[in-house]
Amino acid sequence: MTDLLKMTAVEARAALDDKSISAVELTDAYLAAADETQALNAYTEITHDKAREMAAASDGRLAKGEGGALEGLPIGVKDLFCTMGVETTACSNILNGFKPVYESTVTQNLWDDGAVMLGKLNCDEFAMGSANETSARGAVASPWTVDGDDQDYAPGGSSGGSAASVAAHSSIMATGTDTGGSIRQPAAFCGVVGIKPTYGRCSRRGIVAFASSLDQAGPITRDVADGALMLQSMASHDLGDSTSVADPMPNLMAGLEDGIKGMTIGIPSEYTMDGMDSQITALWEEGRKWLEDAGATCVEVSLPHTQYALPTYYIVAPAEASSNLARYDGVKYGQRVEGESLDDMYAKTRAAGFGDEVTRRILIGTYVLSAGYYDAYYLKAQKTRRLIQNDFIDAFKKVDLLLTPTTPSAAFPIGQKVTDPVTMYLNDIFTVPASLAGVPAMSVPAGLADNGLPLGLQLIAPSFHEDTLVKAGRVLEKAAGFTATASRVASRVAGQ
Amino acid sequence: MTNHEQTNPENKNLVEGRTGLWEVVIGLEVHAQVSSQSKLFSGSSPSFGAGPNEHVSLVDAAMPGMLPVINQFCVEQAVKTGLGLNAEVNLFSVFDRKNYFYADLPQGYQISQYKQPIIGEGVITIDLKDGTSREIGIERLHLEQDAGKSMHDQHPSKSYIDLNRSGVALMEIVSKPDMRSAEEAAAYVTKLRSILRFLGTCDGNMEEGSMRADVNVSVRRPGDEFGTRTETKNLNSIRFISQAINAEVARQIEIIEDGGVIDQETRLFDTSTGLTRSMRSKEDAHDYRYFPDPDLLPLVFEQSWVDGIKANLPELPDALKARLMDQYGLSPYDATVIAEDLETAAFYEKVAAGRDAKLASNWMTVELFGALNKLGKTLAESPVSPEQLGALVGLISDGTISGRIAKDVFAEMIETSGDPDAIIEEKGLKQVSDTGAIEAMIDDVLANNQDKVDEYRGGKDKLFGFFVGQVMKASKGQANPGVVNQMLKSKLDG
Repeated sequence: MTDLLKMTAVEARAALDDKSISAVELTDAYLAAADETQALNAYTEITHDKAREMAAASDGRLAKGEGGALEGLPIGVKDLFCTMGVETTACSNILNGFKPVYESTVTQNLWDDGAVMLGKLNCDEFAMGSANETSARGAVASPWTVDGDDQDYAPGGSSGGSAASVAAHSSIMATGTDTGGSIRQPAAFCGVVGIKPTYGRCSRRGIVAFASSLDQAGPITRDVADGALMLQSMASHDLGDSTSVADPMPNLMAGLEDGIKGMTIGIPSEYTMDGMDSQITALWEEGRKWLEDAGATCVEVSLPHTQYALPTYYIVAPAEASSNLARYDGVKYGQRVEGESLDDMYAKTRAAGFGDEVTRRILIGTYVLSAGYYDAYYLKAQKTRRLIQNDFIDAFKKVDLLLTPTTPSAAFPIGQKVTDPVTMYLNDIFTVPASLAGVPAMSVPAGLADNGLPLGLQLIAPSFHEDTLVKAGRVLEKAAGFTATASRVASRVAGQ
Repeated sequence: MTNHEQTNPENKNLVEGRTGLWEVVIGLEVHAQVSSQSKLFSGSSPSFGAGPNEHVSLVDAAMPGMLPVINQFCVEQAVKTGLGLNAEVNLFSVFDRKNYFYADLPQGYQISQYKQPIIGEGVITIDLKDGTSREIGIERLHLEQDAGKSMHDQHPSKSYIDLNRSGVALMEIVSKPDMRSAEEAAAYVTKLRSILRFLGTCDGNMEEGSMRADVNVSVRRPGDEFGTRTETKNLNSIRFISQAINAEVARQIEIIEDGGVIDQETRLFDTSTGLTRSMRSKEDAHDYRYFPDPDLLPLVFEQSWVDGIKANLPELPDALKARLMDQYGLSPYDATVIAEDLETAAFYEKVAAGRDAKLASNWMTVELFGALNKLGKTLAESPVSPEQLGALVGLISDGTISGRIAKDVFAEMIETSGDPDAIIEEKGLKQVSDTGAIEAMIDDVLANNQDKVDEYRGGKDKLFGFFVGQVMKASKGQANPGVVNQMLKSKLDG
């Protein structure tokens, strides 16, 4: 691995400014890394020409001293973001061949700030999954492996391609989306930083919808500073999304090193489960000490409705998804399978176009919204969701932040959990509550399990307090001193 | 049970069946297109008449990731309409998704309002032909998107889709089941259309699809509970609404009198046969799986904002009708006809300005409307301006011409768009009121008809009309009929 690929985004941006590297040079290095690591299947498409063209334009602007905040930084884009003229399928066969004639607001914000697009990144089909195994483009292999074990491990999901590519240094940063943990869980599995901002911070316009009331875009990066830098650019008030918030994002870089002295951090007693890896519990305890060492006070808090979060999520999210995915009907774009009648065409197109997990969630969602079941399921879930939101509101009256594990275990081998959806759903048990409440949360790599796979800790902040979130994330990051590199990256270095 | 649900003992619209009297119960759901520059949730134009798919945005076509954004003007129009219907404006309302699959419904759901509509209960007064009025309750008004259009006649085996209407803002106005005859339903739609047009919230052009109605019809024995209703969908003229109701009433009475039961179902009106036919039964009814649209925030208003709109409402048909009756002394019927739309009222007020208001009303509603009807023209296309018609009315009132001559002058005005003064001058039609000239003519007529004079004086009074006619004929219609009458009388009787 070249020195170019070792730089964080913040370092690379400085090097571009002082002309010690060029955007074309940096982009070429990443394109080469993306090509070399194709076996991971992190990318669904590498846009070489577009990347070089954008990088050359960046060099032009840098030469004139006009570079934006992300000028010349080569990033990967989760395939859930619509990218103009570049195939966007949400990793589903039903959108095969779909090239948007428009750009998502979030990616447009990135390009407006000078970022360079490397290509589209693999993800679970319509972002439904926790292992990137439901993708119609095939599973993604984590760049992390376990010594003496030749199995491929799951990078997590749904932003599996994004986390894998950032960990594999085949993109300097990547966009992700998080509906119930789809940024934080893969970030934890891949030893990188993932931030899910407050609901409404990043426009959903142009992001293929999964569950509208939960979907949020966010960055996946190698460290906290890069996350702050990228999130600052992704977030905006967008009149094209009625749920986008008008309050401007605080300057995340400005106070990044300010520390957390005097803050109170809540340790929620409910964030534990049967069979939870003892290493996770130990890491959580260690994280608490790191924060106390940095001058914060840690206190036990209770979020009493946490146990209902996962069942609530698995009603609300499929309900919205069942409706959001109705537009994929073979009439207007994407794949169509001809039929004897309109209904037959719908049935054949959707049966051929959607994978098992997406089909399962459409069926669950249709069921919970049906006459006779709506009150018992959907309405009840909405009420429970409110109780969960209130848990956070109450907790944040006492504490500035919450510290929890990101996941109940480290990554698992690909294919291990695919047969049991409920076991798979349990991966999101610690990330789902913040999604339901709409509050910002991030995963910071904090250590390695005994088998050498990364583990993450999650910080949760009150709505609109992303500045506090990244400050504390930076403290954790420094204290953890996480410097491990994914084994497959290390072997690439060795191979050179 | 509200008053609306009980049989009014004064209901004169009972229908005679083979086995006795039936009461008809009608409720209407009217879909009115909001007059606006852009669609309910996108920036594309809702205007009529563009080529297929020329008015389609990314949102209208339900492109992946595209989101609806509410058009504030459409919301304001709905509130204005609610106020015009004397209805409650809900300060908090919610958009829901109504989920179903159809080729011309790109999202796979229609954004509508289900449990919490923007407008609640209201009431309007309908005007019937006999000059009486009735109040009809409004159940609710909600905002929703229109769907696109499927075209099945463009290709032997495929259907084409035109999404121009996809996303156009509609107000669905639901009445209470308060109407008891096709005439009342027609009067309701007429009045509703007038109110919307006065408010400027819907152009009411039914032939362009700006307004269409679904009619719910049931029959019952007077005093009984409601019968099972059917819904006949998508009627796009007042005439079809009446026809469909009458056809449905006849069908339902016949079925029940034959010992059958009415199925709760959705029906279609066949304009070629004038009958309704089944579209889908209750068992086939969709489960729309309504739920709040997570892409949209609830609509929340301040009362002061609503009050501001209320303060600026224009004069509405009822107020205008009352004013026409009060200010011009018009009958309820004439006032209703003239108050039906703003254009007619404005035309009338120009005709009547400073003139005999009743005469002006007759000339406008009988002569002008009759002539326009024959020409197939609207009032806006009238060859006679309100100023010209007013001048004609003035010439009748001041005795310059007789009413009979006025008809000839009017015919000429319709033909040439000429001024009445000029036509009268040119054709020498000025009324003769010169007593000397008229006396000479009378003397002539009497001298030439001595036998009739004798008969008249012998008691045959009816011959008076004959003498008047002869004098008028001799004057080529120009003699002042009042003067002729008076002088004839004194000569014959004196």
